[in-house]
Amino acid sequence: MFNEMKMNDQVREPYRALVDWMDATGPEILAQKRLEAETLFRKIGITFAVYGEGGDPERLIPFDLIPRIFTATEWRKLERGVKQRARALNTFLYDVYHNAEIIRAGIVPADLVYRNAAFEPAVIGIDPPRRVYSHIVGVDVVRVSADEFYVLEDNCRTPSGVSYMLENREIMMRMFPELFSKLRIEPVDSYPDLLLKTLKSIAPRKCENDPNIVVLTPGALNSAYYEHSFLADQMGVELVEGQDLFVSEGRVYMRTTRGPERVDVIYRRIDDDFIDPLCFRPDSVLGIPGLMNVYRSGGVAICSAPGAGVADDKAVYTYVPDMIRFYLGQEPILNNVPTWKCSRSDDLKYVLEHLPELVVKEVHGSGGYGMLVGPASTREECATYAQRIKANPSDFIAQPTLALSACPTFVESGIAPRHVDFRPFCLVGDDIRLTPGGLTRVALREGSLVVNSSQGGGVKDTWIMAE
Amino acid sequence: MLSRTAENLFWLSRYVERAENMARLLEMGYRMALMPAAGDGNRSEWRSVLSAAGCAEGFDSDNTELTQATVSDYLIFNRDNPSSIINCFEYARANARAKRTAITQEMWEALNGALMELRRTAMRNLAKTDLPGFIDWVKSQGALFRGATDSTILRNDGYDFIRLGTFLERADNTARLLDVKYYVLLPETSMVGDGVDNYQWTTVLRAASSMRAFHWVYRDDYSPWRIAHFLILNPFSPRSLAHCVENITNHLERLARQYGQRQAVHSLAVDTYAILNQGDMDEIFSHGLHEFLSDCLRRYQALSSAIAETYYFGGQ
Repeated sequence: MFNEMKMNDQVREPYRALVDWMDATGPEILAQKRLEAETLFRKIGITFAVYGEGGDPERLIPFDLIPRIFTATEWRKLERGVKQRARALNTFLYDVYHNAEIIRAGIVPADLVYRNAAFEPAVIGIDPPRRVYSHIVGVDVVRVSADEFYVLEDNCRTPSGVSYMLENREIMMRMFPELFSKLRIEPVDSYPDLLLKTLKSIAPRKCENDPNIVVLTPGALNSAYYEHSFLADQMGVELVEGQDLFVSEGRVYMRTTRGPERVDVIYRRIDDDFIDPLCFRPDSVLGIPGLMNVYRSGGVAICSAPGAGVADDKAVYTYVPDMIRFYLGQEPILNNVPTWKCSRSDDLKYVLEHLPELVVKEVHGSGGYGMLVGPASTREECATYAQRIKANPSDFIAQPTLALSACPTFVESGIAPRHVDFRPFCLVGDDIRLTPGGLTRVALREGSLVVNSSQGGGVKDTWIMAE
Repeated sequence: MLSRTAENLFWLSRYVERAENMARLLEMGYRMALMPAAGDGNRSEWRSVLSAAGCAEGFDSDNTELTQATVSDYLIFNRDNPSSIINCFEYARANARAKRTAITQEMWEALNGALMELRRTAMRNLAKTDLPGFIDWVKSQGALFRGATDSTILRNDGYDFIRLGTFLERADNTARLLDVKYYVLLPETSMVGDGVDNYQWTTVLRAASSMRAFHWVYRDDYSPWRIAHFLILNPFSPRSLAHCVENITNHLERLARQYGQRQAVHSLAVDTYAILNQGDMDEIFSHGLHEFLSDCLRRYQALSSAIAETYYFGGQ
């Protein structure tokens, strides 16, 4: 296991200043700071609802005080790799809804795209502004050694977590101002501005003036509601629900106390299925009837564009390196995790024979649900899971269990290494922008590799050191 | 401003004010029940509190015995009573959470803090063992919220909707406080002017936190006529109907100026204000205080609906 802070009992260079400071501060003061941080979070009201667990709907996501640190050199590589991926994924999306050259070239199988639940026939042939489908790409990256990074998955719809990146930093700066004045840490607070810039740059064809932008949320009961209201607030735009919007004469309006007001760009945080009951799910009460017609005729821009989900499917993921070569003519800067597709009989055979050493995921799953972590499972669990795979092989992919890197983390017994991953947020509009930072998630249970906040994960501030 | 935001702001301040006024009604019942009881015992006081709170039917359907403990529990903690204090804070916070970005951090902390505290069992014990102490706590939460609002929020249309909610609810509740007197005295009109009657009238003043203010204006003449005047027609008294409706009219005017549009709701408010502005206590008493107050309550209801309609709450 790669410990990001220590190698052979030597503190690694990026962590040296922090470790010196921690030693000088002492464990008692650090423990007290930890309590202060939790109070701050609760006061601000940053909470995260966990689906299907009952209990407190406004649970706090655990925040770990010890930051995760990348050097400028490490970051440069990550940045180039993430931007490259974001560009390839958007090109792929435009392609599959237009000429489908990558399918004709025999690189991506047609079935994988056209029979995919996230493929939207309703948007075939539509040109979204600037040909961008996924305006915010969250790329989940893990590290296994000093210079080996792997992309675990891409999130092309509306990845959440960016509010934690910003709030974690806010809390850290409030609690440890001396560290920030001593060390040269890249700031992250430009993210809301960059997001606003990106959203403005994708104004629809019919919009003539400064575009009116809104954030569309399913409502206060949604698990990421805090983030929705936070981003709307930071950008200074309205936070709306479906009931606030309506379609009239080919444009979208919101109901205001002065009467209807036109809306040009919708940053939606609800799924495709729910945005327009006339086009998708008729029972949806979250959406706006007629929205898709306005979208088709260039009266409104939707971020992310309907249909973007087909690029972040776990089976499509395996083809991203091929996409990069095909569209950009470049070699991928960041590696994919080697993946076995159970839809292939050779792969299926290998997976079933090696289940105890693999991680198996549902192709369409998310949030860490429904996966099998072989090394952490009993023989019975593996056997039961094998039955599920055999029943529907094409629903599953498998990957080797990676030795995720670990970062020192506060746990009950003191400070101990825990596994981490990393999600930077890449913005795609008139330009491709990446704020130097991201969300580091940490698996708080000893030995656990599952970092999802719904499964007992926590978060850390992520520091990118300036050159 | 988004119509739903205006609606959330209007209702969140209404619920905070309602919680506080429920506490004031309880305070009144508590003080009246301390008087030597006549006839029916002091049950009529608690009944009158329920009636004034508009909660008599709900309480009766539970078939509980009428005592201080049962009435206060119903008005404070009962989850089935939509006007119970805990529900008021729940609704107020839900409205705030639905539009977190429309209120300031300080306002959120005041609301969130009040509800977190209220959910603790310690508060149930306090209400049981020290009802006046609990009532003071509720009043202080209302004061904290209004203070946070006053000192932090931008004076735009959102502020007007918040204030409209506060004053509509307060006008409604002062009318209801006065009406408790009507219910209590109904069977015994002959007692008007005697010791018990005067004590009950001063109780109304206390519940409105207006004892000292009343002294400043009228010295020590606790006649029902003066007390009613102070709480209905006196524009300087912060809980009087006249003062509340004056504020409602002002905030509606501000909205008309900001939006460049006057509508039916504005004349409705002005008409209501004129009745109070030109009102005469003798006339009100001779026509019947209860009838006058009932008319006021109907007018507040109409104003509330007209505000919702004018500013597109819940639809186009």
